Amino acid sequence: MKAALHKALQHRSAKPVAWLLCFLPFVWLVWGAANNALGANPAEYLIRATGDWTLRLLCITLAVTPLRVMCGLPELVKLRRLFGLFTYFYVVLHLLCYSWLDMGFEWTEIAADIAKRPFILVGFSAFVLLTPLALTSFNRAIRWLGAKRWQWLHRLVYIVAVLAVLHFFWMRAGKNNFAEVFVYASVLGVELLFRLRRLVAGTKTKT
Amino acid sequence: MRFNQFSKSSDSGFVHALSSEITPQAVYTQRRDWLKQVAAGVAGVSLAAWASREAFAQTPSEVVMRPGKLAPLTGAVSRVSGANTMEKITTYADASSYNNFYEFGTDKSDPAKYAHTLQTKPWTVEVEGLVKKPGRFDLDALLKLSPMEERIYRLRCVEGWSMVVPWVGYSLAELIKRVEPLGSAKYVEFITQADPKTMPGVRSRVLDWPYVEGLRMDEAMHPLTLLSFGMYGEVLPNQNGAPVRLVVPWKYGFKSAKSLVKIRFVDKQPINSWGRSAPQEYGFYSNVNPNVNHPRWSQATERRIGEDGLFAKKRKTLMFNGYEAQVGQLYAGMDLSKLY
Repeated sequence: MKAALHKALQHRSAKPVAWLLCFLPFVWLVWGAANNALGANPAEYLIRATGDWTLRLLCITLAVTPLRVMCGLPELVKLRRLFGLFTYFYVVLHLLCYSWLDMGFEWTEIAADIAKRPFILVGFSAFVLLTPLALTSFNRAIRWLGAKRWQWLHRLVYIVAVLAVLHFFWMRAGKNNFAEVFVYASVLGVELLFRLRRLVAGTKTKT
Repeated sequence: MRFNQFSKSSDSGFVHALSSEITPQAVYTQRRDWLKQVAAGVAGVSLAAWASREAFAQTPSEVVMRPGKLAPLTGAVSRVSGANTMEKITTYADASSYNNFYEFGTDKSDPAKYAHTLQTKPWTVEVEGLVKKPGRFDLDALLKLSPMEERIYRLRCVEGWSMVVPWVGYSLAELIKRVEPLGSAKYVEFITQADPKTMPGVRSRVLDWPYVEGLRMDEAMHPLTLLSFGMYGEVLPNQNGAPVRLVVPWKYGFKSAKSLVKIRFVDKQPINSWGRSAPQEYGFYSNVNPNVNHPRWSQATERRIGEDGLFAKKRKTLMFNGYEAQVGQLYAGMDLSKLY
């Protein structure tokens, strides 16, 4: 079983397959929007679906290190950047859908909305914090920044995870509808706890 | 009519038709009925197509095509002011598949999926509280209580989307008059069905069940406030609140309680379910108001389901959902930014 996993992850098609899987939701959304298959309120569907996929990919990205360590699958690390960039891809789509479909690109209103509504502000902050991570995702950026500084910068993702869950929680709070929020909060919570434990135990190795 | 009634000569003002030239009401209603019958397929198909176009030209209500899914329930054209918007009617498919009815789940597609379990027969509505003639009405009695009317209303959801729905029912005032409220009755409370056996959402704790709504007495008595039994010329689908629901077109949709089982006349303002659950977000009145935003989104605009394209700008939300002329005076002197 584990040998098969090793083999699959080492296979040269591992990355393209992961890329394709991450891209599929986007293909579905574009197809659905073009063919009127997203229900009675396609705008709402697109805004929510892109938000959902951002959260899912964030969960997957942050699962790489715990799975790598606990399951002994070092090959996983080569997929981490791909997952991280797809997280950013979906958050950009999410923001784009909100700005376009919901706000009609009325920049002053968008700015007012961000300033006025904590739930939007939190979501927007998460996007802003993710941006430098996406911009410094290439190898040369690590060399420019130095591995230590780069690593510190990329720890921003933990704050992003907290903000993302808070954003989703707030969005659902009005309707006391927390089942899904709880799922994402649990997954991200376990992933953050894993890192905290390693930090406390002082066994943190270079990741 | 031989001449244009709007033509104006310099000395005579509007040229009016002679009374002998005006088609008597009985004749034109008959003609319309005939056209409707023809449209319904009594005559040949090609003739029906012509006749239905003719019938549609008469009144907005005749634009409504029966989806042919449930038992027919038709109503006469309503004469209540504001009850016949000329706007494009939302498709039955959208109106019956995109619903908020948390008793069947929180997703908008849940009610259409799960509401088939709702038992609507037998059904009784209990009228109690501060009235001279309390009682239990079974559905048949309610259906016969007053003539059915078709009302084409805008429906504005608090979430920022809207539809145009042809409801069938009569003014709630008809029922209220019959039970004779006491002078001490200031509000009406609406209690809806909450059966965990047939309504899977009731097992969740999203809201306190049963779902409760309320209106001030003058709001409940307003002719636009509809006790509805059908839509699109048929009985209500379960997911839209069968067998009897409230429709209050100038308020956000959640005020229009579905599947009513109890109507209670009280002297104090009832606590409605959303007000109890999130008082900072939902007030008792919940009148559609583009100037009072929901804490998490703007209420200034709305998306009309099935009509406003994906990339079209959203349309402006109207004060009292466009029913200001009819209901504005109910709130004269009230600070609607506080009493939202």
